[in-house]
Amino acid sequence: MGVLLNLVLLLPLAGAAVLLIAPRDHHAMLRRLTLIFSLVTFAASLPLAFAPVEAGFQMETNLPWMANPPIRYHVGVDGISLWLVLLVTFLTPICVLASWRHIQSRVKEFFLFLLLLETGMIGVFIALDLFLFYVFWEVTLVPMYFLIGVWGHERRIYAAIKFFLYTMAGSVLMLAAILWLYNASGTLDLPGLGREIAAGRLALEPGQQTLLFLAFFVAFAIKVPLFPLHTWLPDAHVEAPTAGSILLASVLLKMGAYGLLRFCLPLFPQASRQLAPAISTLAIIGILYGGLVCLVQPNMKKLVAYSSVSHMGFVVLGIFSFTQLGADGAVYQMLNHGVSTGALFLLVGMLYERRHSLEISAYGGAATPAPGLAALFLITSLASAGLPLLNNFVGEFLVLQGVAETSFGYAALAAGGVILAAWYLLWLYQRVFLGEPAEQVSDRLTDVGRRELAAAVPLIVLMVWMGVYSKTFLARISASTARILEPMELRVGSPGPPLTAEAQRRRGTR
Amino acid sequence: MPQNLELLPLLPEIVLSVCGTLVMVLDAALGNSRKALLGVLALAGIYCAGVGALLSNQRPGEAFSGMVTVDNAATFFRLLVAVVGFLTVLGSMSYLRRESLPQGEFYALILFSLAGQGLMAVASELILLFLGLEISSLATYVLTGFLRRDARSSEAALKYFFLGSFATAFLLYGVALTYGATGATRLTAIRQALDKPDTNLSLVALAAALLLVGIGFKVSAAPFQVWTPDVYQGAPSPVAGFLSTAPKAAAFAMLLRVFFIGMPQAAPAWTPMLWILALLSMTVGNFGALLQTNIKRLLAYSSIAHAGYVLVAFTARTDHGVTAALVYLAVYGFMNLGAFLVVSHLAGPGERYLDLEDYAGLGERQPFLAALLALFLLSLIGVPLTAGFFGKFYIFRAAVNAGLIWLAVLGLLNSALAAYYYLKVLVVMYMRAPAPDAPAPEPLPAALAATLVISAGATLVLGVRPGRLVDFVQGAAGW
Repeated sequence: MGVLLNLVLLLPLAGAAVLLIAPRDHHAMLRRLTLIFSLVTFAASLPLAFAPVEAGFQMETNLPWMANPPIRYHVGVDGISLWLVLLVTFLTPICVLASWRHIQSRVKEFFLFLLLLETGMIGVFIALDLFLFYVFWEVTLVPMYFLIGVWGHERRIYAAIKFFLYTMAGSVLMLAAILWLYNASGTLDLPGLGREIAAGRLALEPGQQTLLFLAFFVAFAIKVPLFPLHTWLPDAHVEAPTAGSILLASVLLKMGAYGLLRFCLPLFPQASRQLAPAISTLAIIGILYGGLVCLVQPNMKKLVAYSSVSHMGFVVLGIFSFTQLGADGAVYQMLNHGVSTGALFLLVGMLYERRHSLEISAYGGAATPAPGLAALFLITSLASAGLPLLNNFVGEFLVLQGVAETSFGYAALAAGGVILAAWYLLWLYQRVFLGEPAEQVSDRLTDVGRRELAAAVPLIVLMVWMGVYSKTFLARISASTARILEPMELRVGSPGPPLTAEAQRRRGTR
Repeated sequence: MPQNLELLPLLPEIVLSVCGTLVMVLDAALGNSRKALLGVLALAGIYCAGVGALLSNQRPGEAFSGMVTVDNAATFFRLLVAVVGFLTVLGSMSYLRRESLPQGEFYALILFSLAGQGLMAVASELILLFLGLEISSLATYVLTGFLRRDARSSEAALKYFFLGSFATAFLLYGVALTYGATGATRLTAIRQALDKPDTNLSLVALAAALLLVGIGFKVSAAPFQVWTPDVYQGAPSPVAGFLSTAPKAAAFAMLLRVFFIGMPQAAPAWTPMLWILALLSMTVGNFGALLQTNIKRLLAYSSIAHAGYVLVAFTARTDHGVTAALVYLAVYGFMNLGAFLVVSHLAGPGERYLDLEDYAGLGERQPFLAALLALFLLSLIGVPLTAGFFGKFYIFRAAVNAGLIWLAVLGLLNSALAAYYYLKVLVVMYMRAPAPDAPAPEPLPAALAATLVISAGATLVLGVRPGRLVDFVQGAAGW
């Protein structure tokens, strides 16, 4: 099985290599090649969904890369990362379809960068060596930088540089922390470090632990993005081409949340506990602030971008509630957000291709000429707003329940974000699709084509599936989140707030 | 008259000097159509010097009454300057033809300069170190002013010469004070003298400071960096690439010798100086580069910053640190020389196109060269899977390892800041439409293409598998 994971990682890279030698003028061929490679990658990754329910890592490959420092090519997945890998491989073909017509200049380079980005993103989620993780983390930066900067909209260069520098500033601090950890422990292996910490061989002083935690945390928080480090996000989203926006929202933001779960919590449990109130507060500010900004946003892409700030706040809140339900909900919400926000960006991109405007005021009554598009948009908005039976509802509910176990106040405040989401999304729908169509709107608004349906329908199906039958996903997620939470509570000197009877019962059954 | 075997320790320098002289003599004898042979001769000479360096390393140890010490570190530096010199000669052949510059003199000067740098690498005595430095410097002063008809080049040469002489004077003062305090010029003798209780350590600290001024000038460490942008801008581009790599590496070799072997006991005095120099160089270099629009000036400021990174490694004062510094110098040699050579080709006849704006749309106009330059710039940023990343990784690991957490953090933040101006070049190349009056691309000469491919290949290979270089260097660091 380990071979399979390496195959999933390397297939996009192979695709990029093929594109490199392909003739640059055959645009149709380049597109098809990319689609084929991304679909094959997706097919190769499908067995991950049927991996046995295990708490620890599986499908591991562990080869030496370098002797000094001892860097290993150590990859593997657990119940959290396998879904994120699937999210990447699932979304990439959709991005290819979304760029089919949209990208007309330098087609070869575009798809090359897209496939390189796919390898980088998969790598981030499967790397189990700190150094390897850092390498993949940085490797995602360059293709995304070019995707935004070359194929983006008017202010693309500003947005691309801002994106690069924000991420880079965060990640150099992480590198410093990685170096420090290596220096203290002599290993860069994540499971190895976990064992050292669990056995008490690597005892960090509280002050050191806080500093190291912060170094990692800032890098991840920028990526999530957590208020007030979110300012790069609206720019990057608005200026990026559709495929860039989809991957940025659906996957790159998850890298931050994933990092919190995979590194911050297990490596620095005390510091995580200690700083949780501050982080939760920031997350709640993000939830409410993002939602409020959405209400006054005239630009559709910016609106969806700020809704990401709000939605990702739930994820952080869930993680730092240190409850089983909260963590499960956070991971589930990561997947949900990937699916539904990806779909929103896809649909906004379709509107843009038709009218070349992202301003809400340029539309109105679009449902009359394009009923299919309107239907897709409505389902996606409702999913994103957390309507029961659709995916986000499950994630948000779990997070809120988990948070309520430790602090009812936080949960109550965060619930405000759900209400705001329904408000701004439905209002967006109303302003764009309902009402009398203006003359110039119906002119150029054709309904969705077959290619566009092929991109959007799988996302809709997934929204319903994840909303109705979450068990498919949650069984594997819970097994792994429980494993992350377990040592945390053992090692904390003062236990967190007392658990409710309900939560204790739940935890007992796991 | 020394026996044959006794000459072995200086074999590379002998080969280089003989070859340089031969090039000069043949220059007069050969007709204009056959001047290209001189380049081949120079390349052969440098190659033989590299082999000579390996040969002489077969019999390590002191020679010439302790004036010369052949060890792994010396061999490393000799090989490094030989490789850089080889690539410089190979990469500047087409440049010299394009600018109709006298080829023979150019190659001869490069060879002499390399001989000086080789001496700096093996010398274990202050006077010989000084001689090596002067041989290397005099050749580079002339090389800087090689574009005789270009006022900027002449100005650069003059500036470099005057400021360089000034710095050398400081260095000599340092040598004199060291001699005054210890009564010795051999590094091992200085070290022994420092152990004696009656040695005046404050005088030695002063001497170290003066020596550091001289060396700091040569490696263009702030606050002795003022000359760098002007000189790099005025010098012919391949020379600027050479200046930023080979003489710098040799000066760092000198720093290693003088401070780590000669006066380790004075470390409490000179470590803080290195610390300050490192931080200042990184900061001044990166902030200075932010505002540049001339590509050569931008690379000049970046080279100041990179000197700062190397100084961080030396500040660590551990084997890790020395290894990291050596690795970085090797890596930097490939990527920076590569960048300057791309610039030299793109600048066109008379080096007219040096403004950032001239690079607009380069990704479309000249995809191959643009990709190479992008690779070198990404490596200078330190993006993983390029050599520059491992270079930085080892340096900051050494710093953290030695407890210099704050210097490491400041250095890393600096390298994040540096990303901005390298990205600016990438932005112009790939994200802007070409200007309507952009010059038609000139065909890439084969020799230059080969040089660039070698540099790029090294940058990539060292970015994925630096293991062998590191092992080799570790042997050198453990002298």
